[in-house]
This record gives sequence, structure tokens and C-alpha cells, in this order.
Amino acid sequence: MKYICLGYYDKGKFDAMTEAERNAMFDTCFDYDDHLRANGHWGGGEALQGPETALTLSWKNGKVATTDGPYAETKEQLGGIIVLEARDMNHAVQLIGQHPALTYGNIFEIRPAGDMNEVIKASEQRRRQGVAP
Amino acid sequence: MSPPVPEQLSRTIETLYRSESGRVLATLVRLLGDLDLAEESMHEAFAAALESWPRTGIPDKPRPWLISTARFKAIDAMRRRARSDGAQRDLVAHMESRVKDAPSGNEEIGDEEIDDDRLRLIFTCCHPALSPEGQVALTLREICGLTTEEIARAFLVTPATLAQRIVRAKTRIREASIPYEVPAPQELPERLDAVLQVIYLVFNEGYSAAAGAEVTRAELTGEAIRLGRLLTKLQPEPEVIGLLALMLLQESRRAARTSPTGELILLENQDRSLWNREQIAEGVALVEKALSSRRFGPYTLQAAIAAVHAEAESAAATDWRQIVGLYNQLVRIQPSPVVHLNRAVAIAERDGPEAGLTHIDALLGHGELANYYLAHSARAELYRRLGRTAEARSSYEKALALTQQEPERQFLQQRIRQLK
Repeated sequence: MKYICLGYYDKGKFDAMTEAERNAMFDTCFDYDDHLRANGHWGGGEALQGPETALTLSWKNGKVATTDGPYAETKEQLGGIIVLEARDMNHAVQLIGQHPALTYGNIFEIRPAGDMNEVIKASEQRRRQGVAP
Repeated sequence: MSPPVPEQLSRTIETLYRSESGRVLATLVRLLGDLDLAEESMHEAFAAALESWPRTGIPDKPRPWLISTARFKAIDAMRRRARSDGAQRDLVAHMESRVKDAPSGNEEIGDEEIDDDRLRLIFTCCHPALSPEGQVALTLREICGLTTEEIARAFLVTPATLAQRIVRAKTRIREASIPYEVPAPQELPERLDAVLQVIYLVFNEGYSAAAGAEVTRAELTGEAIRLGRLLTKLQPEPEVIGLLALMLLQESRRAARTSPTGELILLENQDRSLWNREQIAEGVALVEKALSSRRFGPYTLQAAIAAVHAEAESAAATDWRQIVGLYNQLVRIQPSPVVHLNRAVAIAERDGPEAGLTHIDALLGHGELANYYLAHSARAELYRRLGRTAEARSSYEKALALTQQEPERQFLQQRIRQLK
């Protein structure tokens, strides 16, 4: 079963770290990521560039509106995601509970991947029959 | 990337997980002395199987392979932790020597030893220092091998809520240093009672659910019976056997106890041809075994009562004299108001509604059952049989006001309508 782990970080704290501190954090985190890979738990993952690089889209007055910056202006910002392969929620908690990123004050939110197979199948059927959405 | 695992092999490994994970985990907990580490390394071992078995084929003896692989994975995990946390270094050295000194992975661990391991783990999961809901969740996950999501579905809570219960229970085990052992003989009756309570709680959670859509809840009765069988094998005390008998005899009526529309059907109105004869035969044999020990308790007596019902060809043919006799014994060792009420109902069947009413009214006079809907509905039923409609109606209405469960409410409302 897939679990999506959203990693949040405090940009202020991160910017205040020295290069050596940052490198130490990266090394231990990547080491643990390698462990997850080696044991078949790593379903994928990406780091995100800083929140200042974000562009947020929405629909306003009948057209697309764009704003600079992240959708939610919070102190902790989404910094990366991991797609985790685990047997169940508690297995995911156990694996992410050992992630060294936590010890640096980062936060993980774990969510089971949604199963859209049934919804997609139903949708395909509707579209084949040409029924309006 | 490793090559894709053939579907058949992947299914075989999943089946193996269902049948072996409980045994493998229990042994690993003993070897490693830590539930979390044992669980994690077991998962790694199964993941390693998925990775290497497509190339090497399935080993002749998968269980020792899994245990031995998990031990190496545990050493890896401990070394990794020591790298990131210097403070753990001593602990790791200690754990490593413990893992290495244990009998080598190539020697097969005997079935008997594994049975002992499983029994230890059951007592740990059902330890009285854990909350009842924590005991249930932990037992289903660690002993039965159900996933967090499966347990959450069965108990109608979100997986996140259930995941937290398990995390809390595990933390409690660590913090309270709950030992991983079978209790000493002087503690055994009490601790065994806690285990039986967990199993019966799992069973009732599945059994009290209405039929129909709640299929996953029905599976809980299956898991409880599986646990009962396991415990009967590991610790064949009379009450363990009695509980297994009780569950089998109650489960034997499953098909007959609800109508296709989900309404409850009382024992007396059930179509007895729908009762599961195999479960009845097994249950009755177990009751006789437990009774012959002369050391039985409340589960065995309840099972014996269920057995008398199971053996009656029709409701009218029920041997109420024997049932009252069994309730007389039960009331002595478990003098709860509910047992008293059931005894009063049995007396009504044996001696007539008036005798039953006298008993129920005396119980209601004590006050304890005043808010128990079944006391009022039993009273209503006896008044109905006596043709005292007004008193019957008022008692049914009292019962209705006291229950929130939909099938019960439907049943009571129907009874009130039938009075008019």
C-alpha cells in the first residue's frame, strides 16, 4: 500500500543553519532514504524548491488567476514528498518515525494514497457513453 | 530495479504472510526483546523475500529463512541507529550480542518453542496495563496479522485513530517495561481472564453488528474464533475451551438470527435448519470437555446453556429445567444483574410468565436494571403472554426509550404495533 509523506520545514530555521549543519542533516537524511530504497519502501520522492518559487493557480471570475508564492502562507512550508511503500498505516508510522529529518524539527504528515480506480472506471464508462459530466 | 515479481509468487508470499507472520514475529520479539524492531525487521525480511525469491525460488523451509533474514536486518537497523544517535551505541552493542548469541538462523526453531513465543506475545498484547481498545487493536494486528486499515474498518474508526491507538499501546509496553513472558502460575488465572476478555470483545464486536453490509465486522467473529483455537492449543485451560465453545455455538446461529432486511430474529423464532451443524457439534464436544474438568467458569457455563439451545429441535422442545440449573450455577460465580435477568427469563419458560415476572420485578426493585432495556422488554413479553396488554405496552415503551440500536428499536416498535 502506498503512503504519501508530506515533509514540512521551517524556512527561517533552515536559512539560519550553517553549511556544515545543513550538510550533516542532508547526509543523515539521504542515508536513511537509501535504507528505504534498499528495502523496497521507496516508491519515489522529490524535494521542492523554496516556497518563494511557487506559483499558485485558481479560478476567478471565469478565468485562471495566478498569484506568486505558496497557497498557504504558514510558518512551516511543504519541503518535499516521499511516496512510501508500507504494509499498513502503523508500518508507515514506524518507517517515517525513524526518519532523521524529524530530529531537525521537520514535520511529516502521512496520508494513505487514495484509490481512484473505481472512480476512474466509472468515469471512463460515462465518457465512452458520451454522457455529459 | 529488481525484476517484477511474478503474480503467482507474490500471492504465495502474501499467503505465507497470513499464515507465518504471527509465528515469525513472536519469535523475533523474543530474540530481539523489542516489538517495534521485531516488526520492522520482519517486514524487511518479507520484502527481501519478494526481492530474492523470484531468482532463487522459494526456500524449502520459508520460516527459518524469514527469521534468519530478519535477524540480519535487525542488526543492520541497530547499526544504522547507532550511526545517527551516538547515545544508542551501548544499547546496540548489547542487542547485537543478544542477536548473535541466540541460536543460529540455520537451526530450525522448533514448533513448540514458537508456540511458547506466540503465547508470550498474546499475554503482552492483552496486558492489563494497556487500555482495552489498545489490547484489542494490538492483538488483532500483532497476533492475527490484520492491517491497521482492516482493523479500523471493522471497528468503524478512521485508520489514523486506530494507528494512534497502536502507537500508544506500544509506547505503554516500552514505558511500563511490560515483560514478554507467560505469567507465573499464581498470576495466570487473572491474566488469562484478561486474554479471554479481549477475545470475547473481538467476537462480540463482530457478532452484535447487524447483518447485511457489515461484512467486515462479521470477519471479526472469524478472527476471534481463530484466536480461541490458537489459545486452546497453547493453553488448554477449561475456560479457554469453554470460550471457544461459546463462540462456536453463538456463531452457529449467524445465518438464522437476522432477516434479509436486517431485523433481529429471536432465538425462539429462528429457522433452526439454518443453524450450522458442524459448529454446533464442535461446540458441544468442547463444552463437554470443559465441563468434565470440574474447574470451569462462566464461559463454560454460558457455552453449556448455548449447547442446550443448540440441541433442542424446536423452541418448544427446549430443556428449560436444565437451563435454569445452569443459570443457578452461573449466578453463583457471576452474580451480575444481567445473569440474574437471564435466569428469571429461563424460570418464566420453566414455571410460567407469573413466576418470571416475580423474579424480574424483584430485580428491578434493586434498581440496578432500571435502565437496562432488556429487563423492560422481557417484562413486556411476559405481560403480553398473560394478555395484560396495557402493562405490556408501557414496558415495551420504557425499553424503546432506553435503546439506541436500530435493529432493537425496530423490533420493539413492531412488538408495540402487534399489541393493538
